[in-house]
Amino acid sequence: MLVDEANSALPLSDDIEFTDMKEAVDSPDRVAPVIEFRDVCLSFDEKVILNGISFSVRRGETKIILGRSGGGKSTVIRLILGLIKPDSGRILIDGEDITDHDEPALMTVRQKMGMVFQEGALFDSLPVYENVAYRLREQGVEEDEVEAEVRRMLRFVALEDAIEKMPSELSGGMRRRVGIARALVGDPEIVLFDEPTAGLDPPTARTICELAIKLRDLHDVSSIFVTHEMNNLRYLSSEYAVIDEGGEVRFEKEGERLCMINTEILMLRDGKVGFEGKDEELLRSEDPYIRTFVHGK
Amino acid sequence: MAAICLPFCAGRCNLTLFFKEALPTRFLMNPLLRFIAELQDVSLLLWRSIVSLRHGPRYFAETLRQMDMIGVGSLPIVLLTGFFTGGVLVLQTYPTLEYYSLQNESGRSVATSLIRELGPVLSALMVSGRIGSAIAAELGSMVVSQQIEAMRALGTDPIRKLVVPRITALIMMLPLLTVAADIFGLIGGGIVANYIYGQDIHVFSESVRNGISTKDIIAGMVKPIFFGFIIGLVACHKGLSTSGGTVGVGRSVTNSVVTASIWVIIFDFFLAKALQYLLDIGRI
Repeated sequence: MLVDEANSALPLSDDIEFTDMKEAVDSPDRVAPVIEFRDVCLSFDEKVILNGISFSVRRGETKIILGRSGGGKSTVIRLILGLIKPDSGRILIDGEDITDHDEPALMTVRQKMGMVFQEGALFDSLPVYENVAYRLREQGVEEDEVEAEVRRMLRFVALEDAIEKMPSELSGGMRRRVGIARALVGDPEIVLFDEPTAGLDPPTARTICELAIKLRDLHDVSSIFVTHEMNNLRYLSSEYAVIDEGGEVRFEKEGERLCMINTEILMLRDGKVGFEGKDEELLRSEDPYIRTFVHGK
Repeated sequence: MAAICLPFCAGRCNLTLFFKEALPTRFLMNPLLRFIAELQDVSLLLWRSIVSLRHGPRYFAETLRQMDMIGVGSLPIVLLTGFFTGGVLVLQTYPTLEYYSLQNESGRSVATSLIRELGPVLSALMVSGRIGSAIAAELGSMVVSQQIEAMRALGTDPIRKLVVPRITALIMMLPLLTVAADIFGLIGGGIVANYIYGQDIHVFSESVRNGISTKDIIAGMVKPIFFGFIIGLVACHKGLSTSGGTVGVGRSVTNSVVTASIWVIIFDFFLAKALQYLLDIGRI
């Protein structure tokens, strides 16, 4: 359903390119996971953070990672980026085993990924423009192309007006959105969200989730969304983005007849996978820990 | 384990790998092991800085920016330090020299002291306080606000981008600052000799000319190269190994200044001895 609508309603903007979803869905590449953890273990000091974690993320899929604070959710993201190494187990990105990669090899792998940090992690000595342009400048892209791409990304997060501002002049929500724009520059195949809505008011948190939904449904981006907020889970696992006849992006709920297959939930519990599946299964679970986590009682 | 691991080495760079069973308390409680671990981290940082010079990208603009900040920015305090150090040297030594009827050699004494020792060491200490602390604070803040991780996530090597330009700038600018401090020290000494003790300025300048040789100048230029390297390496290491939020940043700044200053003074002794031997200077 999303395939036809996305392809038939491109006039949203001249400079946003949508993936040919039909071709993408039929591609054999989609069978292979984009991210794969195989029995990954990690401990800091004597504290076990991850104890034999295995999961995979398919192309165009969003994996929501739930868990209590300090439960290793952000660590999973740092492992994917190669910022830390596991004690044992294997990590594969696009079929490539990156577990033993050195820093220069990891730099190449990281080109495929974008990362949205919890507090934005913007370079506070650089204005918004330079922050978003950072990756392109490092790649030596021509200034004209840099400016066009930066403006396109800032339009995507609805922050083109803030292009000349310094990070210190932005609100928390704006910083996260600039962080998203920076992560999306270069059209990465994978986007990693590390609690991007933490500490934000509900409307701004909703805006961030909508951006993640648009990336998933309209740009075929694989993503991992780390959170412990149930509102985020509800938005991401029950809503999808379509382009209406006027070229506007519209968010619709999956309803009773439609079940989205491109969003799954992974719950970490005591260093292990405590739950993996769809939101409906999570909400129906009788496990006391999951019930406490989901319903708060 | 992770707490003492530099952010750029992905958890595989320090002694904790080899002493994994003994971690963490025994490891951290043992000052000798802690020192060895830190030495290893600094060596690794140095090695990676050297290796990164072989390939691009190279950040010339950043290096120039750092040279401006370190060189031009530090000029006023270094000139002031040099001027008053030269002045006080003459103020203190002139009466003693006069006692032995050697007051005409006051220029020689101040020139020798300044160019061989005080100029390089005091400039290094001032730069360590001003620039070493700034580097440690900047990098430390970037670590605690995840900017270093963001940089790595965006495919940039922080050593190439942040460490190499700072160390290069310090190595290039500290000798120039030292020369400036030496010149202002001699001017300060000359003014004190002339205005306070009434010595003819030509006698003072003639004494300075007789007192210093090319070897002295070479020795005075070699030392700041090493000192700049030490200050840069220590400051970058302390900054990048920051942990514990804003309190940790403060701790890194203090440690950076104290450690760099101590190493400058220790290295000064060994460098002086080595230069004495190599250049055949400082012997009567």
